[in-house]
Amino acid sequence: MQKVALLNANDVSKFYKEYCALNGVTLEVREGEIVSIIGPNGAGKTTLINVLTGLIKPTTGRVYFRGQDIGGIGPQKLTKLGLARSFQLLHIFPEFTGLDFIKIAILSRLGKAIHLFSSLDKDKVVNKESEEIINMFGLYEKRNILSKNMPQGDKKLLDIASTLAMHPEVILLDEPTSGVSTSEKNRIMDILLAASERTGVKSIVLVEHDMDIVFSYSDRIIVLHQGKILADCTPIELEKKEEVVCTVMGQKECFKTFSSLLSWQHGEGNGHDA
Amino acid sequence: MAFKSLITKKLWLFIVTGMILLLLPMIAPVHISVVMLGVFGSALAVLGFNLLFGYLGLLSLGHSLFFALGAYAVAYSTQYSILSMELILLITIIVSGLIAALVGAICVRFTHIYFGILTFAFAMLFYSFLIKFYYVTGGEDGLRILRPQLLWLNLSTVPQMQFLLREYYYYVLIFTGIAIWVMWRIVKSPFGLALKAIRDNQMKAEYLGISIWKFRWVAFIVAGIYTALGGALLAPVVGHVDPSIAHWYQSGHFILTTLLGGFTQFLGPIVGALVFTYLQDFLMSVLHYWRFFFGALLAFVVIIVPEGIMGVIDSLLNKIEGEV
Repeated sequence: MQKVALLNANDVSKFYKEYCALNGVTLEVREGEIVSIIGPNGAGKTTLINVLTGLIKPTTGRVYFRGQDIGGIGPQKLTKLGLARSFQLLHIFPEFTGLDFIKIAILSRLGKAIHLFSSLDKDKVVNKESEEIINMFGLYEKRNILSKNMPQGDKKLLDIASTLAMHPEVILLDEPTSGVSTSEKNRIMDILLAASERTGVKSIVLVEHDMDIVFSYSDRIIVLHQGKILADCTPIELEKKEEVVCTVMGQKECFKTFSSLLSWQHGEGNGHDA
Repeated sequence: MAFKSLITKKLWLFIVTGMILLLLPMIAPVHISVVMLGVFGSALAVLGFNLLFGYLGLLSLGHSLFFALGAYAVAYSTQYSILSMELILLITIIVSGLIAALVGAICVRFTHIYFGILTFAFAMLFYSFLIKFYYVTGGEDGLRILRPQLLWLNLSTVPQMQFLLREYYYYVLIFTGIAIWVMWRIVKSPFGLALKAIRDNQMKAEYLGISIWKFRWVAFIVAGIYTALGGALLAPVVGHVDPSIAHWYQSGHFILTTLLGGFTQFLGPIVGALVFTYLQDFLMSVLHYWRFFFGALLAFVVIIVPEGIMGVIDSLLNKIEGEV
């Protein structure tokens, strides 16, 4: 039975003057799925994410989240609708302790952040939940450490933990394991997926360069090339399509293996969150 | 254990400070006590200023606008025979809150130097207004401030010094104490945490569903009201108000005071107000070029101790705590 589509892009194109970053992209993210978006540098991944999260308005076509047009609605409204996003580059509050980092997300979700005179320390609901979430991410021992003093992997976890504390239905993760050692990548992914399930996340969109991560965690992979969708299938199907993909990409020295094809994306810098 | 003893130390410090402030008019020379009234007013003003600067990362170059609003609110009220200080303070809150809401609605859409320049522009606009519309504002001569009634008590027959050092001193002391406590509540509230989140990483805050403008706007209003209250409390001490209070010099004083005391600490601006006011008073009496000295002091603070007096004290306390 086909599950409900939570996030749809309908024939979306995005032009920057003459340059076409996205060309007629149609995709959907259904309930219960982990969908990865991959593609070489300049394939339009960043633009696609920005369009999917309502940061920029597509030139033509529409993006719907639960049936509502979210073209260019901006981060704050997007979050309130239940679509959350984390970034490739770290986004932390350096002067916040781990616990405060989570608290501010919970307060915002509960609409309590604007309370001017209530005591933060005495809010039992927020305190309890923030401790639960930080525990879920294995950071309970470090809850009183300033986030700027934490190791890179923990900062990443904290960043994602605060995003999950918003209780989103769909979460879009832009390279959740970038800048983290290989051994830590799987740890982060495992913690992240377990916590997502517990906080009620229905679907995950993953943008990732590490093909091991992509192939082991995704239900479906979308390959983007020159602003177009080249393939949209399960990891197993995609492994079979290796030849096809290589041919279409027109690389003369057709890559021996599919993973080496994608390995030149390493070290890419996405400009959007600089 | 060490943490607990630190808390009790802070409590002791609080009690001792309170006692000194309560006894000051009885034990200290008259002059010292009168200057202390200036410290109270200035402390409230910079506390408002630092809500924007320290907690939100917005440097206002035009907070003199609100300081002047407070002082002129007292002048107008007393001239129109509204003599109850409580009523005057209420009027100050309403007027400064409204003006801050209007000015803030424009200013908080910008950050960094643009925010600074805009606030500066509004303050100088008000300064020009005070000078040019002399039939309303008294122009450069300013306005006289009549003695207000405290708690509806008519104190017009009390000699000026006695009024300032007894009734008015304790009135202002209590009012300032309450206002500082309220500000403490605000910065320790969810709202205060949200402000710091916006300061630390605006984009992340937005993605956590916090509407940046709304929070900045509310903070701007609170900050404006505090600075206006500072001006209002100070006005009856001076007994007179003129446009120089709205000049950007005054905004510069707020910045210097805050940097001196330390903008990263809640108590920083208050300590800054204490040191700045007494230092200014002392220097003005002994030096002709006291502004020159202040300029040098500002440069010194920014270069050598950017975290200010309270920042230094705080890191010293942490060191002691670490060693214990």
